[in-house]
Amino acid sequence: MAGKLISRMGLHSSIHHIFAARNILTAQDALCKTELELMELLDVSLDAVSAAVTQISEIACPPCRTVLSVTKDHIMNEPSHGHFQTHLIGLDNALCGGIPFGAVTEVVAPAGSGKTQFCLMLSVLAALPESHGGLNGNVVYIDTEHKFNSGRMIEIAKSRFPDIFHKEGMLRDISSLTELAESLRQLEASVTQHCIKLVIIDSMAALVSSEQGQEQTSSKHDTIGSQASFLKALAEVSRIPVVVTNQVRLQNTQDDKSLTFPFEAAKKKSDHIITSKSFEAHLTAALGTNWAHAVNIRLIFESYGGQRFIKIAKSPVSPTLAFPFVITALGIELVGTEFFEIAGQDIAVIHGSGYEDIFRKEE
Amino acid sequence: MMINHFFPFCFNFRKTVYSSLLKSSDVGFKFTLTYCYWDVCETSRLETASKFSIRSYTLLTGEINVSHEEALDILKVAWHRKGMDVKSPQIGSLLAGAKTAWDLLCEEKTVKHIITSCADLDLILGGGINCKEVTEVGGVPGIGKTQLGIQLAINVQIPKVYGGLGGQAVYIDTEGSFMVERVIQIAEACIQRLKGMSCSNVRKEEEDHRKLHVDDFLSNIFYFRVCNYTEQIAAVNHMDKFVEEHKEVKIIIVDSVTFHFRQEFEDLALRTRLLGGMAQKLMKLAVKYDNAVVLINQVTMKVSGGSFQLAPALGETWSHACTNRLILYWNGNSRSAYIDKSPYLQSASAPFLITPEGICNVGCNKSIKMPQ
Repeated sequence: MAGKLISRMGLHSSIHHIFAARNILTAQDALCKTELELMELLDVSLDAVSAAVTQISEIACPPCRTVLSVTKDHIMNEPSHGHFQTHLIGLDNALCGGIPFGAVTEVVAPAGSGKTQFCLMLSVLAALPESHGGLNGNVVYIDTEHKFNSGRMIEIAKSRFPDIFHKEGMLRDISSLTELAESLRQLEASVTQHCIKLVIIDSMAALVSSEQGQEQTSSKHDTIGSQASFLKALAEVSRIPVVVTNQVRLQNTQDDKSLTFPFEAAKKKSDHIITSKSFEAHLTAALGTNWAHAVNIRLIFESYGGQRFIKIAKSPVSPTLAFPFVITALGIELVGTEFFEIAGQDIAVIHGSGYEDIFRKEE
Repeated sequence: MMINHFFPFCFNFRKTVYSSLLKSSDVGFKFTLTYCYWDVCETSRLETASKFSIRSYTLLTGEINVSHEEALDILKVAWHRKGMDVKSPQIGSLLAGAKTAWDLLCEEKTVKHIITSCADLDLILGGGINCKEVTEVGGVPGIGKTQLGIQLAINVQIPKVYGGLGGQAVYIDTEGSFMVERVIQIAEACIQRLKGMSCSNVRKEEEDHRKLHVDDFLSNIFYFRVCNYTEQIAAVNHMDKFVEEHKEVKIIIVDSVTFHFRQEFEDLALRTRLLGGMAQKLMKLAVKYDNAVVLINQVTMKVSGGSFQLAPALGETWSHACTNRLILYWNGNSRSAYIDKSPYLQSASAPFLITPEGICNVGCNKSIKMPQ
């Protein structure tokens, strides 16, 4: 839409030639300038510029749909009502059917919590035919940490559906952010060509932390931001789910915990009591607040008190719930049907367990 | 006297002539000067009247050496000749488009509100989100900004018999967080609440209840999915024509206004200009069509006094774009809203809850029901 050529918009021929003469060829070029700038550049009256901009805006504007027609498109026409079932019953119910199409779902977890297992499981499920609740399509798995293991994937597939032959996924090994950007661009073209139904990026954070140093944080976040933007556009246009994983980092005690708005500052100071809790290692998702805003759904995998949980930390359709799970040959399985409601900010806190649980088990 | 003879038609200037003659010692000069004015006046009245009408009376007092009151009299004649209304604008056409404060007060009393479904929040907002104003809603991720946006898009449609506006909504989605399942949930809950309300006329009540249907609510929300900043600018520009054609639209929600402007902009000056232009257009929309404009914003960290603090994104210049600013934040373990900026609302906080039914007041005791 942004790249729509002005020459094809049906503007009045006199104004259209003037635009072309000054090298304003696409809608983006025209709308990037204020009306005053256009007047100066094109040497025409304000009325003519306003009329032209109105016409260009109308054409460049995305199509208007009522929510009713969007509902009909998504829920009636798409497989599984516009959601990708994970076969984790509790989670699927909470997410109104599963991982939604057209949105970016993020999985945040400390190392060894089951992120990659989850991604492998999703790859297998996506390749299944629709009769078994899959997407009947190919999967693009962008692996930045070299953790993809075909053997494990086959093990999951065999345990779940011993009689189904799974299609080949496409595996890409990426080791830098620029490579990722390039890959994603190529991806856009091949989504329809290769019938791609799921894109998994494991993990986003690894690229950023390996790349530039502290000084270039802002440009780093900018690039991450533009990747987020691109992924969303890709998800929306092709109506596929996009799953991205993220790492955790240690929370600076001065940092997020006491991050407040200016009007809260006075209250917080009086409440601040040093307890033993504040000495615990607090983990937080990597990539910052900008990325946290950018993702649509955030799932946190964590270990707490010897039990692993999947928490829905951010979702437009779900309440803040936590589901206990275990890692098995089938990939990930929920423990029973219980779920816990977590009120408040704790839903976003990530607990990392040490190794005491393992030692305790061995005793 | 000779003067009376010569200026029989120029009653208005007679006073001037007399006072000039009396004041000045150089009688001949003054006589000529006023004679010139009279002469010019006689030959082409319109032109003179125009010439006079564009002069400010302070300049005129200097030019022909008369007092302020006399200059004002002369100007009034000129305006009258030119056909301009003398009574209301005392200093020319600058105030022609102005309204008195009294008119504005009468307008303010009739301004419409869109409720947020949380009684405490509506209280601190003075009834709800106001029409004719731009309200910005900011907050950390996951606090419930999109939820508030969806709730408002539904609440604007509450029929007039139930005290609502009975209007339509425009939802410009830049992030993809707008999920139709959630809209359906909130719409169903709203309809349940309305059916539970009692109406004055029983027969009319039954008729209205039959009219409330989820599909109607869904068909009254116009959805635009924007994928980059050019489309966002185009959508805001197009709103003028769109709202002209769809007069029932009473709220325009942009969720979020920040996302596409936070990346891909090396030229920050360009970003500021574009945001400024967008802000102006949105304000004009709100006033012209008597709509409410709600802009959802993200947060960023800024350094203040050596420590990091949260602040609404897009910078200081953008902060001037909105009339009211509401910030949603975590107060311990519960969600609260704080009025950060408003020309007439007091800074206050109100707690709210997000339930499967949407936004509601604290203490409405809703348990979590798993959606099927």
